[in-house]
Amino acid sequence: MVAPAVVTILLVALFPLTWTVWESLHLHDLRMPWLGQPFVGLENYAEVLRDRRFWGAMGHTLWFAAASVSLELVLGCVLALAMNRTFRGRALVRASILIPWAIPTVVAALVWRFMFEGLEGWLTHDLRAWVPVILSDVWKTTPFVALLLLAGLQGIDPALYEAARIDGASPWRQFRYVTLPLLAPAIMVALIFRTLDAFRVFDLIYVLTGGGPGTATEPIALYTFNTLMHNLRFGYGSALSVLVFLVTFGLALGYIRLLGRGLTDVRS
Amino acid sequence: MRGRDRWATLVIVALVLGAAFPFYRAVAGSLTPEAQLFEGAPLWPSPPVLEHYRALFAEREFWLPIRNSLVVAGATTLFCVTIGSLCAYALARLRFRGKALLLGVILAVSMFPQIAIVSPLFLLLRSVRLIDTYPGLILPYLTFAMPLAVWLLVGYFRQLPAELEEAAMVDGAGRLRAFREVIVPLALPGLAATAILTFVYSWNEFLFALSFTLGPERQTVPVAIALFRGQYQVPWGQVLAAAIVATAPVAALVLVFQRRIVQGLTAGAVKG
Repeated sequence: MVAPAVVTILLVALFPLTWTVWESLHLHDLRMPWLGQPFVGLENYAEVLRDRRFWGAMGHTLWFAAASVSLELVLGCVLALAMNRTFRGRALVRASILIPWAIPTVVAALVWRFMFEGLEGWLTHDLRAWVPVILSDVWKTTPFVALLLLAGLQGIDPALYEAARIDGASPWRQFRYVTLPLLAPAIMVALIFRTLDAFRVFDLIYVLTGGGPGTATEPIALYTFNTLMHNLRFGYGSALSVLVFLVTFGLALGYIRLLGRGLTDVRS
Repeated sequence: MRGRDRWATLVIVALVLGAAFPFYRAVAGSLTPEAQLFEGAPLWPSPPVLEHYRALFAEREFWLPIRNSLVVAGATTLFCVTIGSLCAYALARLRFRGKALLLGVILAVSMFPQIAIVSPLFLLLRSVRLIDTYPGLILPYLTFAMPLAVWLLVGYFRQLPAELEEAAMVDGAGRLRAFREVIVPLALPGLAATAILTFVYSWNEFLFALSFTLGPERQTVPVAIALFRGQYQVPWGQVLAAAIVATAPVAALVLVFQRRIVQGLTAGAVKG
């Protein structure tokens, strides 16, 4: 019974990943088919490490992930706390904030580009171009964070707040010592999902700035895509892909270990 | 207490209005004549016109990408829900070696960065001549949609009491028949939520659709919109009209099934 799905997953995901690694050890340039596909060992990786555009793209990706995810967590937390308090119209609110999450990223990016193209000098400025990029990501994914946190909030026993109030705890102390520790697992889950997502950002920036001006907002996924599909350097592009995969994998592992520790902290 | 509830309402109203503003701009822009858009879009067009929507279908043949998206997202959803539910049922009920490992692999694959497998998928699809075809999109889509579907469905099946199929099997039904006739009807809400989420993710997908199609014949809606070009500048009126058309189906699904979608999203993540 498991076989069909497992075979599908192996065939379409793990097998290609192995192939990516294999490709990355070869010189393979579709523009120059006469070169063939000679084995070059780790040469592609050595070139990546010397590649300034790669380091720039890595930096942009990290900066984008840090800025957007932290804004989303703070805003999402505020929104979840507010939604947890009010009962009237909750369904309507939930539906209206879900729509930005559900629409195609390409559409979100286009709408924000439309709004910022009317304003002189934003999309053409190295640093200011980040404003619409980060704002549109926050706009699109805060609902997801808020809903995850809301589910966490709803799992907290109201009796705990009752007890805290009787003991004379201020609203801030209630938040700090009751809500926050009990919400930690949900916050961690949201953090993991969002960081991994932010790390592979592609659609949003492809449409909004195209990585520009120049390469000022180019994330690693876009650089890899350009190397593969525009420059047709499959060997080198595959080496970039493998590095993206390794970094994401490392992030996921690190987070899962943290999450495990976070859960045991809460229990003790 | 009352004061704090008012604070909460204010925060919500402010955030909802903030979330709605870009939509308002998009709708207003899609109804504004091109000449006015060029001078800087007004807050509301006077008079609003439907020329961009008409041009979208009459001149741009926008029904082509809509057809392609419906075929690709529909087929992906169908495969994921049928094959995925068998796998998820086995993972939820049967005991076998390596089950935890398998669940881990499925979760890991669903977190995969898509860009990591674009190069081999392209070479593979090219060698079997599937670039710019429907199967050439549906197969890659299974890489992210199948793990997601299995992961969600395992959660739903686990919530159903095992005694139900056991009773059916005592009465002489086989495992498969018990699954089909007892579990599937009961899990229908979960199957529906999974189908909706799979459909939405496939409808919105961009990287694979951009990499594995060559022209308008097989481009999906997101790719068609992103590559919209006018002769001299971006035809914003038509782009925004297309954005509204592309958003309509997912927005409708979300509004109708919001409760189920939220359950699916949070159950998959929080209960893990």
